[in-house]
Amino acid sequence: MKTAELVQLLSEDAGPVRARPVAPRLIAAGLVGSLVSLGLLLALLGLRPLGPAMATPSFWMKGGYTLAIALAGLLAAVRLARPGGRIGAAAAVLAFVAVCWLAMMGMMETMRTPAAQVHHLWMGDTWRMCPWRILILALPVCAATLWVLRRLAPTRPGLAGAAAGVFAGAVGATVYGFYCQETTAAFVVVWYTLGIAASGLLGALIGARLLRW
Amino acid sequence: MTGSESVLKGLMLRGLAGDGAAHARMLGALGSYLRAYFARRLGAQAAEAEDLVQETLLAIHLKRDTYDTSQPFTPWAYAIARYKLLDHFRRQGSRRTVPLEDAGVLVAEESAEEGAVRRDLGKLLGELPERQRGLVEDVKLTGYSIAEAAQRRGLSPIAAKVSIHRSLQRLARKVADEDR
Repeated sequence: MKTAELVQLLSEDAGPVRARPVAPRLIAAGLVGSLVSLGLLLALLGLRPLGPAMATPSFWMKGGYTLAIALAGLLAAVRLARPGGRIGAAAAVLAFVAVCWLAMMGMMETMRTPAAQVHHLWMGDTWRMCPWRILILALPVCAATLWVLRRLAPTRPGLAGAAAGVFAGAVGATVYGFYCQETTAAFVVVWYTLGIAASGLLGALIGARLLRW
Repeated sequence: MTGSESVLKGLMLRGLAGDGAAHARMLGALGSYLRAYFARRLGAQAAEAEDLVQETLLAIHLKRDTYDTSQPFTPWAYAIARYKLLDHFRRQGSRRTVPLEDAGVLVAEESAEEGAVRRDLGKLLGELPERQRGLVEDVKLTGYSIAEAAQRRGLSPIAAKVSIHRSLQRLARKVADEDR
């Protein structure tokens, strides 16, 4: 077929088209995915008593951190979803500031803690499970987000997948916060971040294959 | 270049609003730019430029709902062209990189001549189901409008449009599968 014929054919297919909204779809995917994650959490682990938990500053510290990272991942994914899109300064700065802020809080905790307890401060009681649980809770969000991205047109599929994975990991970590009883910033900045990063890596690996078009 | 941006964007916006003729003019103009762009970057494999032109035009058509109309048009089209070029190199297993240039390079030069096509899209069309192929051929070869072709085949215009749209997506998938 000649290119001119292809153009003719395509023009016959040119009905009115409205721009596909990117952010609302990704947010919807995040919400749907987080509901599934919450269901998973309830089925596998259950909730901790939320009333007393919400009264502690550590609950809000965790939630604030994971939501900030989720927002950064979302901002990056929205931009990367379209041809020519990049991560963007806003997302990079937000993620960087959030990690630095929590790391600094972890350092301050360390200075206030007697030497014998510093190990426990950073490792908590659940460091072996925490990143894995976050990764599992991230899976529904990751799947939903990648599904949305697949219908769009990322020209950096691996990077777009990574952004989706970080978003998913951070949403999964937020959900995990309803169960996790660790209270220190030191623990969160290491093990939560590791779980989120694992989800980002998974997203990058899947995205590099699945998001090609 | 600024001239072509405003012209191309104007045509694109009218195409998005449903103006098929404007859409065709936009794709046609873009085709000449793409031909020059790919030919220069493919070097020895210049014969494959036309395949890439067609693949890119198809992608631009199918993904046109990802164009944010508040943004310039050329960078969006350039990103798709560069992506298809990178994809082409990746499929060949070569580790060539494509420098990220200013989107203006896309519309810097024009070559109007159509080159040889290695992959015969006509043959691909032949693999479509009978009903879809008939419709596509009516429109493509005989030059019927969609409405006329639909009437000939006893379809409603909407059904014909949907069928053609499906054919195009099938075509895009086939092209992608073949190269994998």
